[in-house]
Amino acid sequence: MEDITKKRYINGKPRLRRFHQAKWDEPIIFELSTEGERGILVPEVEDEVKNEVGDFLATIPKGVQRKQPPKLPELSQPQVLRHYVRLSQETLGTDLNIDVGQGTCTMKYSPKVNEYLARMPQMAEIHPLQDEETVQGILEVMYKFEKILKEISGMDQFSLQPGAGSAAIYANASIIRAYHETQGEANRRDEIITTIFSHPSNAACAKTAGFKIITLDPSEEGYPDIEALKAAVSERTAGLMITNPEDTGIFNPEIEEFLRIVHEAGGLCSYDQANANGILCITRARDAGFDLCHFNLHKTFSAPHGCGGPAVGAIGVTKELAKFLPVPVVEFDGDKYHLNYDRPQSIGKVRAFYGVAPVVLKAYAWVMSLGAEGLKEVAEIAVLNNNYLLKKILEIPGVSVPYAKGKHRIEQVRYSWEKLMRDTVVHSEEIGLRAADFGVHYWTSHHPWIVPEPCTLEPTESYSKSELDEYIEIIRHVSNEAYKNPKLVKTAPHNSTIHKIHHAPLDNPLQWAITWRAYCKKRRKTRANNNVNL
Amino acid sequence: MRKKKPIVYPYIPNSVLTVKDKMLREIGVKSVEDFFESVPMKLKLKKNVKLPKPFLSEYSLKRHIEWILSKNKTCQEYLNFLGAGCWQHYVPAVCDEVNQRGEFLTAYAGEPYDDHGRFQALFEYASMMGELLNMDVVNVPTYDGLQAAATSIRMASRITGRSEVLVSRTISSDKLSKIRDYCKPKITIKLLDYDSKTGQLDLNYLDLGISSKTAAIYFENPSYLGFIEAHGNEISKIAHDHGTISIVGVDPISLGILAPPIEYGADIVCGDIQPLGMHMQFGGGHAGFIATRDEEKYVMEYPSRLFGITSTSVEGEYGFGDVAFKRTSFALREGGKEFVGTASALWGITAGVYLALMGPQGMRDIGKGIMQRSHYAILQLSKIRGIKCPVFQSTHFKEFVVNFDGTNKTVAEINKALLKRKIFGGKDLKNEFPELGNSALYCITEVHTKNDIDRLVDALREVVE
Repeated sequence: MEDITKKRYINGKPRLRRFHQAKWDEPIIFELSTEGERGILVPEVEDEVKNEVGDFLATIPKGVQRKQPPKLPELSQPQVLRHYVRLSQETLGTDLNIDVGQGTCTMKYSPKVNEYLARMPQMAEIHPLQDEETVQGILEVMYKFEKILKEISGMDQFSLQPGAGSAAIYANASIIRAYHETQGEANRRDEIITTIFSHPSNAACAKTAGFKIITLDPSEEGYPDIEALKAAVSERTAGLMITNPEDTGIFNPEIEEFLRIVHEAGGLCSYDQANANGILCITRARDAGFDLCHFNLHKTFSAPHGCGGPAVGAIGVTKELAKFLPVPVVEFDGDKYHLNYDRPQSIGKVRAFYGVAPVVLKAYAWVMSLGAEGLKEVAEIAVLNNNYLLKKILEIPGVSVPYAKGKHRIEQVRYSWEKLMRDTVVHSEEIGLRAADFGVHYWTSHHPWIVPEPCTLEPTESYSKSELDEYIEIIRHVSNEAYKNPKLVKTAPHNSTIHKIHHAPLDNPLQWAITWRAYCKKRRKTRANNNVNL
Repeated sequence: MRKKKPIVYPYIPNSVLTVKDKMLREIGVKSVEDFFESVPMKLKLKKNVKLPKPFLSEYSLKRHIEWILSKNKTCQEYLNFLGAGCWQHYVPAVCDEVNQRGEFLTAYAGEPYDDHGRFQALFEYASMMGELLNMDVVNVPTYDGLQAAATSIRMASRITGRSEVLVSRTISSDKLSKIRDYCKPKITIKLLDYDSKTGQLDLNYLDLGISSKTAAIYFENPSYLGFIEAHGNEISKIAHDHGTISIVGVDPISLGILAPPIEYGADIVCGDIQPLGMHMQFGGGHAGFIATRDEEKYVMEYPSRLFGITSTSVEGEYGFGDVAFKRTSFALREGGKEFVGTASALWGITAGVYLALMGPQGMRDIGKGIMQRSHYAILQLSKIRGIKCPVFQSTHFKEFVVNFDGTNKTVAEINKALLKRKIFGGKDLKNEFPELGNSALYCITEVHTKNDIDRLVDALREVVE
């Protein structure tokens, strides 16, 4: 028998786990169907009601009545539950793994008590159009949380409505457009400047909002040269939409000068604060001169990521731009909280009703558990963890950190496996997949890969030193494997739920299948063709 | 003065001083200050920001939040007849059980290997929606029904290369506002009037308004005002005759009993899945779907992620991944279709659980039950003196407009009086549809018993007669 002592966690020293992800070979839910089974019964209609309405089905206009029942699966309740619990086990959430490999996404701990609170009926069972008198509690939370964000950012007013970071960037681009409209310059000012290390949505959302995009590349220091910015601005500049620190973890020290140049050209400056975790209570958007900003409450402010939402991208603006914020805004008259819809210059509605209120509640609870001192501790420890990881990861063969050599990073680092790839032909993505064999998640980076063979690690404040050490050991181990036995890494994952995926069909219109019905049709067709060929 | 003992924060493991010091030493710096060398002194806060005093213990925090939330009155304590885009349906316990699983709740953007379950759950969600809609392509959820409508319109504009869109005037003002903001850079929105007797989209206006410049026509079924649009076929036919795309916004919970819009010619179908297993959450339970046929020209215009099923190196094993990833802004930044990012995935998984629990029979039962109840309510309300119900002479699904012009009371006054009786009356329509006079939009679902409806009727009778 194998002695696993060496694999155990001893005296604070982590070892490589004998991890194996759940592998249920779980069928697609349609394959589990048995005709006639029921997962839940719906409330019965009283006989008096039935008798009174009579044969009302006849009143449904022809052509609008459903003729064939939907071919949904038919399962009993325990089967449905077991199916989904198995699928959940085949998913590696932050509650399970040392989730530092999803850099830029701030995979921190989402406190359970906040989840409990957000699921109370006083949050879950309230309708957005109830009389204001009956929703004073949640309005108070929204109002107070806006006040907190104002203090953290220095901005004058917030809206909590946008549905995540990209929606917030889009809303800010819309506000920039509205501002230039009121200046009579909307047609002329049609360019947004961004940087390649700002999140792709800064470019994509501004483009969707009607702007042309100018993207600045970094200098050796990791952020664009002042001269490049000067060359980019003109009388067509509508604004700058930028992240700082950028996704490389490098803080642009010339940010004030950047903003001055854009302002001088007549543009507005919008701050994507997706990477705010490392600078909370250290430096503020308004102090640098930003006109607009946004925070991701599902990242920096601890609300869970939910497989990709629901989420909130809170947008903050200066006094001058406040009139353009989405409707309604929450106001307080000293006695009661109100929703104010009377805002004629607003860009209008961004998300249904007031956005995702339970996410706001979780963010508010998180801040209230920490206070100003605690928030600063969050930033400092997140940055400490990051620079600790940086020091240790750099000791691993094959890895490097491009730009701003020798300098510290804020809350994340974009690494490069270029050397390892040249030495071993193992790609960054493959290292991530092999790391998954040890129970941690690893992501490369957003496109385009200006940094060759990239990976971005962001440890946040939520992981202990020994957990960071475990992560480092896994990456070190995989790097060693790449040098000694590259095939093992290139064929990973080996301990995952499934094996190497065939990607080609996903890009082929004749083969891709986005639903089970499409899959079954195409499979039938392929089989029929094969039979003909035979 | 004695130095205050530093706080060790339960959510911040390395806030322990000795650990902090050890890490600083290993990095080779004296203080965390050193890490912020690139932040100019001028921009650094000299004094920390002012925030309320924290509740450091979990217990005191919980007390604080519970105290604030206790000021809310819930739809469990009050009888609720509000709908208008957010609907009170029963949420099966298994839906909550699944979406509070830590694995789903805290996962994000893992690879199809470490997050196989997340990919499968969202693929199955799309697949079950596909059955409900009779369509082969459904996206990973976008933010909400507002966004789904706005994106559907922009997709149609790109597919047709046209920039005018006709929109039924009976949609909600919130949705119209969203569509206008989102489509402003590219598309002109024109409103289509309705028949004042029936609420139905006026086909004469459609005939006059549509041209070879029209990218799409957008209408809803059931409409925002609750009635069933009977002329879907004619509308789609007129659209198709002009090379125009027919977009239908639909309430998915109606589709056990109402025909999927593809049967009356819809090319793109969109809507909100909040009715399928999401609590109302003050409007926080929304997620949007977009569905089309499996045609490349449609698929390539989706901005959202689309999860597809594929094979793996092991014979018979299912794998999942992104379909046509290169169309997205993740791949191409501003070169992608619109943009993609975090939206409402957890609600997609939950809606999948809901549809799996309900099955074909459950969806039929619930659709039928809702209609029986709402018809019963209409019949009872119409007996009250001074009340006109329904305002539109059409068949309704779960919502309907009630007019109070004959009562000498405003909707606001009536709703205040109902509130005293622990009832949330329907949404006041005076700002959205001033031509409807003193009217409100009422909503009845499977949560309402006969007694609940009778209680509303009795209360209204008391208030207005």
